[in-house]
Amino acid sequence: MEHIRLPKAENVRLLNRLSPRRSCVGTLYLTATHSIYVESETQVRSETWVLHSLICRLEKQVNTSTGSPLLIHCKNFQVLHFVFPQEQDCVHIQASLQRLSQPEQYEELYCFSYKPNVDEAERKEEWSFLNLKAEYRRLGIPNSLWKSSPVNQSYKVSDTYPAELYVPESATQHVIVGSSKFRSRGRFPTLSYYCKDNQAAICRSSQPLSGFSARCLEDEQLLEAIRRSNPRSDFMYVVDTRPKLNAIANRAAGKGYENEDHYSNIKFQFISIENIHVMRSSQQKMLDVCELRTPSMANFLEGLEGSGWLKHIKAVLDAGVFVAKAISEEGASVLVHCSDGWDRTAQVCSVACVLLEPYYRSLKGLMVLIEREWVSFGHKFSHRCNHLDGDSKEVSPVMDQFLECVWQLTEQFPCAFEFNERFLIAVHHHMYACQYGNFVGNNQRERQQLGLRDKTHSLWKHLWDTRGDYINPLYRTDNCQSQGVLRPSTAPYCFKFWSGLYNRFDRGMHPRQSVEDYLMAVREETVQLEEQLASHKEQIEKLENKPEWTGEAEEGPSLSWGLAPGGFVPQAGTPQDYSGGFIASSSPCQQRSPVDGLAFTPPQNQTSEADLSVGSEQESGIADVSFNSQLSEEGPGEPDPDDAAYSAA
Amino acid sequence: MEFAELIKTPRVDGVVLHRPFMPTVEGTLCLTGHHLILSSRQDNTEELWLLHSNIDSIEKRFLGSLGTIIVKCKDLRMIQLDIPGMEECLNIGSSIEALSTLDSVSLMYPYFYRPMFEVIEDGWNSFLPEDAFKDLEAMTDEWRLSEVNRDFRVCTTYPPLVAVPRNVDDDTLRKAAGFRHGGRFPVLSYYHKKNGMVMMRSGQPLTGTNGRRCKEDERLINATLRPGKRGYVIDTRTISVAQQAKARGGGFETEANYPQWRRIHKAIERSNVLQDSLVKLVEACNDQSHSMDRWLSKLEASNWQTHVKEILTTACLAAQCIDREGASVLVHGTEGTDSTLQVTSLAQIILDPACRTIQGFQGLVEREWLQAGHPFAQRCSMSAYSNSKPRHEAPGFLLFLDCVWQVLRQFPCSFQFTEQLLVLLFEHAYASQFGTFLGNSAAERVRLSLPEKTVSLWSWVNRPQEIDHLSNPLYEPNSLVIWPSVAPQSLLLWEGVFLRWNRSPRCQEEAHEEMVHIIEYNKELQNKVNSLRRQLAQLETQEPPLQTP
Repeated sequence: MEHIRLPKAENVRLLNRLSPRRSCVGTLYLTATHSIYVESETQVRSETWVLHSLICRLEKQVNTSTGSPLLIHCKNFQVLHFVFPQEQDCVHIQASLQRLSQPEQYEELYCFSYKPNVDEAERKEEWSFLNLKAEYRRLGIPNSLWKSSPVNQSYKVSDTYPAELYVPESATQHVIVGSSKFRSRGRFPTLSYYCKDNQAAICRSSQPLSGFSARCLEDEQLLEAIRRSNPRSDFMYVVDTRPKLNAIANRAAGKGYENEDHYSNIKFQFISIENIHVMRSSQQKMLDVCELRTPSMANFLEGLEGSGWLKHIKAVLDAGVFVAKAISEEGASVLVHCSDGWDRTAQVCSVACVLLEPYYRSLKGLMVLIEREWVSFGHKFSHRCNHLDGDSKEVSPVMDQFLECVWQLTEQFPCAFEFNERFLIAVHHHMYACQYGNFVGNNQRERQQLGLRDKTHSLWKHLWDTRGDYINPLYRTDNCQSQGVLRPSTAPYCFKFWSGLYNRFDRGMHPRQSVEDYLMAVREETVQLEEQLASHKEQIEKLENKPEWTGEAEEGPSLSWGLAPGGFVPQAGTPQDYSGGFIASSSPCQQRSPVDGLAFTPPQNQTSEADLSVGSEQESGIADVSFNSQLSEEGPGEPDPDDAAYSAA
Repeated sequence: MEFAELIKTPRVDGVVLHRPFMPTVEGTLCLTGHHLILSSRQDNTEELWLLHSNIDSIEKRFLGSLGTIIVKCKDLRMIQLDIPGMEECLNIGSSIEALSTLDSVSLMYPYFYRPMFEVIEDGWNSFLPEDAFKDLEAMTDEWRLSEVNRDFRVCTTYPPLVAVPRNVDDDTLRKAAGFRHGGRFPVLSYYHKKNGMVMMRSGQPLTGTNGRRCKEDERLINATLRPGKRGYVIDTRTISVAQQAKARGGGFETEANYPQWRRIHKAIERSNVLQDSLVKLVEACNDQSHSMDRWLSKLEASNWQTHVKEILTTACLAAQCIDREGASVLVHGTEGTDSTLQVTSLAQIILDPACRTIQGFQGLVEREWLQAGHPFAQRCSMSAYSNSKPRHEAPGFLLFLDCVWQVLRQFPCSFQFTEQLLVLLFEHAYASQFGTFLGNSAAERVRLSLPEKTVSLWSWVNRPQEIDHLSNPLYEPNSLVIWPSVAPQSLLLWEGVFLRWNRSPRCQEEAHEEMVHIIEYNKELQNKVNSLRRQLAQLETQEPPLQTP
């Protein structure tokens, strides 16, 4: 609380980027965890909640005649444009938020103060929802070829690796420790994924410390052991996911890549994925394009091309396809690494897994995959997501890219995934929000030290409990897309711009009716119908067999809640500014401003996914009944309050 | 028959056919007057029947004595024929070229085609102007159907019957016609039931450099305004293009002569620019390089998406003026047969729920494109692969369909039809066994006796099995005006046409089937529950309680 210099600012205007006329006036309150903007002058109380941990950048603009503007850029791509009548207010709010959004210590993060109404036993239970040991068992590990290794039990060999690791049966402690000394940060080659069908495996590591000529017998032995663990193949791939030039540059620093002459039976391959710095600036360029006020088509496409973002997404997917093909078609094992083996390596291994195995395309499967490849293997979430006030050069949207790759795949294979876009967006959101402990810290050792399992809640159980929001209605386990290996096309035209994430808060841009929501509603109704059918049958049987009917049978529940068009009236919204300013009118408040529905409700009584789903619902323009009644007053039959302004124009 | 002279080699054995995402077929190639046929002679499923008129261009290659012909179709498909024998290949090639570029309309396939299906309703009579007018009459008595163009003398590109303000007589219309490009005097395009506002369309006024005016023209359009109200003229050209048009006798409505009208200029491109854009777009889609930068820069350079955005924005603006500003609108460009029709037809999709039904959409195409005189024969004679220099070709209709697809994508439950209907119209506009899209105007269709000698596309479409195939399972009638987003992020490349042959349709088809399944199963259960409920009610009345509780 000591960071809040000003708890409340009044008469603050919140501008709507796309339609300035829908801007509103209200009061901004600062709390320890959230900023809350309450609109005045509305009959319905309308609030916008901004979680401080989601704020990534505060931009104070030059004062105008109307006041001092402050732009709040959030990590979930929301941009709030406030204008304060008093410059002093603006300065105070900015300073407060600056501090509140950049905690210096882990203990200040929201997850440590987030206390939903759940008792301690239940909270503990949340953390056992996902069990990586069980996941390896599901893969058939350990077996005669792969064993669990206790070598890193106390994080001594590699402090960024998990305690539980799997290595080839024949790999001795000596070989492992030897190899670890020859790899950056001690991240020796270890099992990531094992393909039960053909015994091929994906392994991961960091780069070897080969410099210009160094070699390490144990490392060579470990790779040989990995190759031998796949008895059906006489070679293995070593995939360096960096551009060749970067890898060569690393040699000067005593690092580098495997020399094919020193390792027997390896095929070495570079796959150019750029480093975290390139990705960071690429995403920023893309976001700049997203935030253009009224871009022309050429502005947008040029900007998208210039950002290089889709090129990078394609590179990651291409790499995943390469690894998946090696495993499934050639039956060869693959070792994947980059520099440290926690960014590009995590991307490529996890994309390959999604392509290879249907399980990872299920809701729980994707959670397990993220837990294994990202959380347990030490993707530096705290650094990459900038959870604490830290080095801005460590920030990078590496995990964003993985989620986007999955999204691109869902676009190509609409029936292959159990989860929907909303699920991917929810994961993205929570990665940054720090409401749950899962993505706090940079590796397992750190998380243990922070006592996250004792002090915070787990996201996975929570997402599972609310899974109704995240189901793809088109998913079927028995169609050809959901089975076997996915073979996506990676032709450039197959990659789309993900407006659902990057323009998530510009609701007007998204389809106004959602096929998915419609189908989910139909499916829900179907379930009810099935129940009614059963109950009617029972009653009829009763009547036919028991003439002495006693009149207890009641009418089945009526279907009035169902799919009547009234429950599904798409909000046609308002015309946008089609005239380029020529026609100055058009109604100012047809829809509620796009920010309010997406706010966070107070943490005590509701969870943020509920809000997420409400948000998506409004984005799609499909109003549920209650929402509808709110909007009816602004229905298209109503006269525009601004007609006068038009005739004057 | 004259075709025989053009067919140098009617039959070649051992030809191998490659098609996108289909197994290769080896069989016999036959050329008939109208079709290129390849049959494996094993079973009929492996046959290719391709209309010569669907062929945009061909490319010949030789490797030893094996010739290869790449056939590039107007529907953007590319197929490859491997033909053994150089002479055969050359003969086939030149025959196809000759047969696919026949000049005479009367030699076109629709004149020879006999339907293999039962015609339930003759499509030539499905959308008559007098029927459409009956609907209008039910709403208002301010309009009348004029026969002034009975013999196509006042305007060669208008239909014989047009709707005009009731209190404007035919003489006035004749004089106004003299003041408008191509005689296209302002006529009713759409009546907005909600507030009685209208959309009209016309050709540009012939003001010329010395500012000619025409009192009758002014009276005609002013007759559509309510007292004290102003209207909008939406000129689809930029102000500078409109200015330049004066030098050639054209022009625009000046404030001085039309004080009750506000003019808005938009920038919808002209025919040749659009054709060029289509060629570039299709080339980008067929680019085999795997470079993202190259794809995005080619996509951008084609400008196709820019045209989509501009057309849709202009239509939204027209709809906004009518529905939100409560003003009447007159739309025109130069001739009033291209960009004008894109705008007036799209505005109706946005405003009028009836246009989003299968029948209503056909009616819209018939009214706003065919009857309104879009010169289909000229515009659609060549598509994206043609090597010859374009004369009057332009994908204006395809752009319209693309825009409809964009709206459909944003409102997937508000249309009774699926994307399939749009794709079907695209195909038939360029090559068809039906006579619907032949000719350039109503007058030409009469002269060519199309209704008597050819079958209408609507006769085919409006049969139960075809309707079924084109129906959108998600459709819930939506009586509202639907305002699409025109932000660049909201407008996507129409994959169903432009990437149709680049990737397997399998996954999307599977998704569609699953969607249908979910909905059908729900309906089935509803029926079952209802019938059980009735049964239950019956049992209850038949067997009254024996005991009172």
